[in-house]
Amino acid sequence: MALVLTNRVGLKDSHTLEVYKKTGGYASVEKLFAMEPGTVIEEVKSSGLRGRGGAGFSCGLKWSFVPQNIGKPVYLCVNADESEPGTFKDRLLLEEDPHQLIEGIVIACYAIRSTTAYIYIRGEFDLSYRRIEQAVKEAYQAGFLGKNIFGKKYDLNVTVHRGAGAYICGEETALLNSLEGKKGEPRIKPPFPAVAGLFGCPTIVNNVETLSALPFIINEGALAYRKWGTEKSPGTKLFSVSGHVVRPGTYEVPLGYPLKDLIYKDCGGIPDGKKLKAVIPGGSSVPVLTAEEAEKTFLDYESIAQYGSMLGSGGVMVMDEDVDMVWALRNLSRFYAHESCGQCTPCREGTGWVDKILQRVLNGGGTLEDLALLKEISDNMMGKTICVLADSIAMPVLSFIKKFPADFERYVRSHSAGGKMRILG
Amino acid sequence: MPKIKLTIDGKPVEVEAGTTLLQAAETVGIQIPHYCYHPGLKLAGNCRMCLVEAEKMPKPLASCVAPVQEGMVVKTNTDNVISLRRSVMEFLLINHPLDCPTCDQAGECRLQDYYMQYDKIPSRFHEEKVHKDKMIDLGAGVMLDQERCIACTRCIRVCQEVAGVDELCLSNRGDHVTITTFPGKELSNPYAGNTVDVCPVGALTSKEFRFKKRVWFLESTSSVCPGCSRGCNITVQHQESKVYRLLPRLNSEVNSYWMCDEGRYGFDSVNDHRVLRARINEEGVSEEAGHEDALVELASLLRETSLSEIAVVGHASETCETLENLQQFAKNSLKSRYFFYSRFDPPHPYSDNILMTADKNANQKGVDQLGFKPLSDLKSAVGVLVLRDLTGQEMELLDRLQIPVLAFFAVNESPLCTKAKIVLPIPSYAEQEGHFINVQGKKQKIVPAFEPRGESRLVTEWLNDLKDLLESAGQKKKIAC
Ligand SMILES: Cc1cc2nc3c(=O)[nH]c(=O)nc-3n(C[C@H](O)[C@H](O)[C@H](O)COP(=O)(O)O)c2cc1C
Ligand code: SF4
Ligand code: SF4
Ligand code: SF4
Ligand code: FES
Repeated sequence: MALVLTNRVGLKDSHTLEVYKKTGGYASVEKLFAMEPGTVIEEVKSSGLRGRGGAGFSCGLKWSFVPQNIGKPVYLCVNADESEPGTFKDRLLLEEDPHQLIEGIVIACYAIRSTTAYIYIRGEFDLSYRRIEQAVKEAYQAGFLGKNIFGKKYDLNVTVHRGAGAYICGEETALLNSLEGKKGEPRIKPPFPAVAGLFGCPTIVNNVETLSALPFIINEGALAYRKWGTEKSPGTKLFSVSGHVVRPGTYEVPLGYPLKDLIYKDCGGIPDGKKLKAVIPGGSSVPVLTAEEAEKTFLDYESIAQYGSMLGSGGVMVMDEDVDMVWALRNLSRFYAHESCGQCTPCREGTGWVDKILQRVLNGGGTLEDLALLKEISDNMMGKTICVLADSIAMPVLSFIKKFPADFERYVRSHSAGGKMRILG
Repeated sequence: MPKIKLTIDGKPVEVEAGTTLLQAAETVGIQIPHYCYHPGLKLAGNCRMCLVEAEKMPKPLASCVAPVQEGMVVKTNTDNVISLRRSVMEFLLINHPLDCPTCDQAGECRLQDYYMQYDKIPSRFHEEKVHKDKMIDLGAGVMLDQERCIACTRCIRVCQEVAGVDELCLSNRGDHVTITTFPGKELSNPYAGNTVDVCPVGALTSKEFRFKKRVWFLESTSSVCPGCSRGCNITVQHQESKVYRLLPRLNSEVNSYWMCDEGRYGFDSVNDHRVLRARINEEGVSEEAGHEDALVELASLLRETSLSEIAVVGHASETCETLENLQQFAKNSLKSRYFFYSRFDPPHPYSDNILMTADKNANQKGVDQLGFKPLSDLKSAVGVLVLRDLTGQEMELLDRLQIPVLAFFAVNESPLCTKAKIVLPIPSYAEQEGHFINVQGKKQKIVPAFEPRGESRLVTEWLNDLKDLLESAGQKKKIAC
């Protein structure tokens, strides 16, 4: 089924300009330049496209916050820092269809009246980097970037910038600091980047997947995009499925798709006939779902919220019945303790503290009080920091302990009984 | 600027748009605890100690960065806010080494103060603390203990925003963040001492001051730095007639919250190399003397000469009051119209457009206003009375003109102490009251921190007695010292 984002995935040389153009690439441009920038924003607004970087904020609405004619340049920053554990969907788009992203960049820049875009790409992405760098070069050579692009009175320069491997640089304001050559730490908001972003100028930060949906929306129109998905979550979305499934990988499905179908049909179910235990549906930062919840929910922003979780970045991590949830949680806490930028007290200290307690619990030294303490520390971290990285470990801690109490109690009980402990991790 | 109305803890507040909640609260006397916020620096909003609640806001707000909004109902003292503070305190202390018994900050440490105010519960942290380096010499007399640092970034901002240099940064992430200089570089800006002042904890301490005195023993006196013509407002901290440190004191028109290191560490002239007894120099022999003997000797020296041809030499670092007294004495008692002044003139004075001026004298404007002339203008005199010091050039001039130094009113040891016939000890700026007029023309008051040291006496006192002696025309008269 032809969808929005992944139609070229798997085609030979899909990443080249030649194949891209042959398969209808850069077709939106004529239509685009015939529209007023404001009309483009309206079209994207009515498509209902929501940011795919995690927060799900309306893309068109965000664009409309950019103040015009204030005598400062406007920038577009493409967030290609994809580092959320379990998330590898932008990588697919960068590797397989980089020109689709560039076309999306042209559309976004035209809409917000920007003539400069930066692609901030995760440092460890090697093939992605080479592909996007090559595609940008091709686009310049073809006159699709640079001066008077596509023969129109419009200049657009795109620079690819590699990050150095810090997860926090995916947070949009940390990204801007990093791009400016400063330490990658999130800024206090307000002001939001749309008003004062890169070098203090109005800036839109958009995720790779968000931008990659734009050529379709301009070509086919907002209504065509709304053919898929739900009223509040229109369109399609990529889900990168990992863990205990037969066919892990990135799948494009319409929003509102049953998670159950994604796991059991598209991904071929759980290997070795094992039972499903838990699913993290939206990248490592979101609350975990029990098997029962996972089999009931649909993949749209609203349905998942009903089960207390979030769609996030669409990184679906599937865990079978053998997974030790204490071990799994500790795996996450170690990541967040390592990646906290360290500016806010609750996050800097809390992430490390949670990690140490979990490590101790795993090593057999935990008590029931530790579980209560973990909850309290998480409460003290949530909603009290500059960015939401603190919440990103607090929410898993709270949901893991709440939804899988037996896993945790097994550790602390046997400790109290002086039993022999399993050492993991 | 439009005004915004809101209520904080039930009190109506009206402030300009753009004011933060923390500042708005201050206007009605509500103090919100904070670490990273410093009124003289840009906002960082990282410590989260200042969290408050506002009605209709889902999350607590960092009051140091959150701007006021019309109709806001803010609460800074609910049970929830207090528990937020307690939790931030708990987070701050889990990896803190709790070195208080050996920490120089104890007694003026925000961690100690706020722990007593908001936390006061035993630690629930049972893990191994993060260990970092201690006793790092950052340069510029600043010592760093990374374990005590709470990563508030005040020190980084002081270097950037006051000194205008990027010398400090936070390296690493998470609970491994550490303040550091750039590889191979030192802290070296002339305002580095301010980092120690702004550090709310014992992470940055002053090499000069650390371990010399527990701060609760120190007395504080408001004064003005005599180091240059800026006249930064300072607090002199002292005990038993000894100065231990100088701290900048807020004056938004002069020095804001800051002072330079040259001024900050320039107090050894109060503590050391002091002339504390009068001396009489006769034929190459120098002998200490009591007040009376020194004065009687001086009076008889003066009477041997033509008083009206004696010149007085003030100093551009003396107070207006002292200079005036000297001038009055010259006019009335000596009937002399020769008033000159000397000044400190280091060969390559450092100056910048921050605080430090090239004029290393506290009161040039004072000598100018009183009509004192530079000593280089002196053509002839039968003798001079000199205050504080002379430059090498000025001493050569006197030699060339064969003018004897009859009396030297001395604060510190100087070649003049052997050259002058009579040496009379006078107090330093820390021991007297008076005014300096700074480069901007502001008349600023200094207050005595302690009594004049040793047998030093105010210039006024010496001159009054001398006047009496001269007037009693040769009769030996008992003077009260
Ligand atoms: C800790 C953290 C990490 C993030 N990492 C990414 C990332 O790798 N890629 C991304 O697109 N957005 C990431 N985000 C979200 C961005 O801040 C931002 O919301 C997004 O790039 C906006 O683009 P969108 O509106 O197109 O979704 C992250 C957010 C946080 C708090
Ligand atoms: S929440 Fe954590 S990662 Fe985000 S700014 Fe604060 S310390 Fe940095
Ligand atoms: S910084 Fe404060 S709390 Fe820490 S050891 Fe020093 S005095 Fe104690
Ligand atoms: S050294 Fe002091 S001032 Fe600097 S960040 Fe640490 S606690 Fe703050
Ligand atoms: S004082 Fe507000 S966050 Fe530090």
